[in-house]
Amino acid sequence: MTRPRLTLIVCALALVVYPFIMTSTFGQRVGVLVLLAALSGTAWNIVGGYAEQVSIGHAVFYGIGAYVPLLFYTQTKGNPVLMIPFAMALAALVALCIGIPTFRLRGHYFSMATLALGELFLLGVTITPALGGASGLSGPVEQNPWELSMRSPLPYYYVLLVALALMIGLVAWLERNRVGYYLRAIQSSERAARSLGVPVYRYKLIALMISAACTALAGSFYALFVGFVNPDSVFGLLVSVQMVIVATLGGAGTLYGPLLGAVILVPTQEWANATFGGGGTGLSYVVYGAVIMVLTRFEPGGLLGLWNRLRFRAAASA
Amino acid sequence: MLLGAVYALISVGLTLIWGMMNVLNFAHGEFVTLGMFTAFLAFSFWHTGPLVFIPLAAIVLFVIGQVVYYALIRDVMRGPMFAQVLATFGLLLFIRYMLFWIFSPNYRTLPSTLLGGTAHIDGLYVSYPKLIAALVAIALTAAVYYLLVRTQIGSQMLAVAEDREAARLMGIDPDRVQALAWGISAACAGVAGALLATFYYISPEVGGTFVLFAFVAVTLGGFGSVPGAMLAGPIIGVVQVATGYYTSPQFAEIAVFTLFILVLWLRPQGLLGRSIGGT
Repeated sequence: MTRPRLTLIVCALALVVYPFIMTSTFGQRVGVLVLLAALSGTAWNIVGGYAEQVSIGHAVFYGIGAYVPLLFYTQTKGNPVLMIPFAMALAALVALCIGIPTFRLRGHYFSMATLALGELFLLGVTITPALGGASGLSGPVEQNPWELSMRSPLPYYYVLLVALALMIGLVAWLERNRVGYYLRAIQSSERAARSLGVPVYRYKLIALMISAACTALAGSFYALFVGFVNPDSVFGLLVSVQMVIVATLGGAGTLYGPLLGAVILVPTQEWANATFGGGGTGLSYVVYGAVIMVLTRFEPGGLLGLWNRLRFRAAASA
Repeated sequence: MLLGAVYALISVGLTLIWGMMNVLNFAHGEFVTLGMFTAFLAFSFWHTGPLVFIPLAAIVLFVIGQVVYYALIRDVMRGPMFAQVLATFGLLLFIRYMLFWIFSPNYRTLPSTLLGGTAHIDGLYVSYPKLIAALVAIALTAAVYYLLVRTQIGSQMLAVAEDREAARLMGIDPDRVQALAWGISAACAGVAGALLATFYYISPEVGGTFVLFAFVAVTLGGFGSVPGAMLAGPIIGVVQVATGYYTSPQFAEIAVFTLFILVLWLRPQGLLGRSIGGT
């Protein structure tokens, strides 16, 4: 058995047994939040990391994923879980509508357009009374596993773990597929890729649609876990930015980068909140900002980049 | 409309960095906030008026801009694009929540007696602080433009923007020139903040609202184009005020962002920008 595969199995095992080691509700809650961040970071990574189309508006898809099931529930009292595939499809459709005009823009221009679209969605949802306005929507309150409404974080943890495994599997498959090769080509040089006959525009759209559907899935899980959404918590700029940070911290454009980023970032955040007091002082964000600056200053390739470099150096000196 | 002149001043700093280095500075709004707090502190400790605290904000922010360039941006610029996005966003969080921590999120204002009164011009009533802010902003924006097109430092900046290596061969130190650009950019934002402080509330988060409009102004005017920013700032101001007046303030923001997306879509090079090399 090769060493990378062994590392992988050890990590997977650690994720599976984690709730048995951290038996406190707080610990398990943090576990769920880590997996949620890893899910959305992995989804963002498909288009943001592999193709380097830095979207700062992915909260649009996250928000759609979060709002659709809860809207269905509040309107019809039907099972919100049934609406998750619908939310994913809707997010993919919206991604198509967003992608067609914005992918004509490159680099920072694309980022700016997605940023503005994100803000527009945020404002739009906030002023729409049918979506609960600024106060948001609430989910099922009865304890019903079929509606993914449970008191303990433990079941959520395993549902999310399975979803994450599936999503990483999907990305791994894409990586080895034509889509993955084309996206990498776009990342290294869009012009060169086009001159070699890569249908750049079409593949960027495909990547964005897949990414959007996956982001919506993460949003749906978030909504059902927390049981409550409002415009700021799912459509806010920080939601989009967290995906970028999670993916970049671990290593953008790598398979496990977002997971690694989430494992490090979310507990740091929770720890900072618990230690310095989340309410009011905002000191945890100061730490957060400092960490990001130090990392991008010294290792723009993310922690996986750092790891690879250290290993390379060790191999060279051995 | 008068606010538009201040938008223009904020945008000039943003567009300078963008045009020269192709770096998108998310923390630019935080520079505006820092300018406001400089004014606030100068007033609360020494009871100085705008004549003192506006230049002070320029100096403080100029230094901060240089520090940011040498400590962070110079190295991040070599990295991939998302590293730049992240770095300035990290800076944003750092500055904003540092202020949050030190000053608490409470709103503060400078006493209105500092620059009170209303001017009566041609049937229009305009408060003095706004009028003065607009005039100073216009003057400074023009000064930056003059600096860029007419002075040696300006041509050095344009040379570095054109080709860093060639500029180095011509005996220009690109680092020094780019640091200077960051200093000027931050100073513009700082002065804009100090001007705003004379009539606007001060809080750690206030810069965020201005910078989004500045982004729109930069896009509208054309990235890297100082005259474009001078033109676009007032346009944004008019759109915002007009929509706010005829409908509700919430729609003002929506109108500005819709305008933004339309411009990006229809004319990504902006009103006065150069073509960005077709898609």
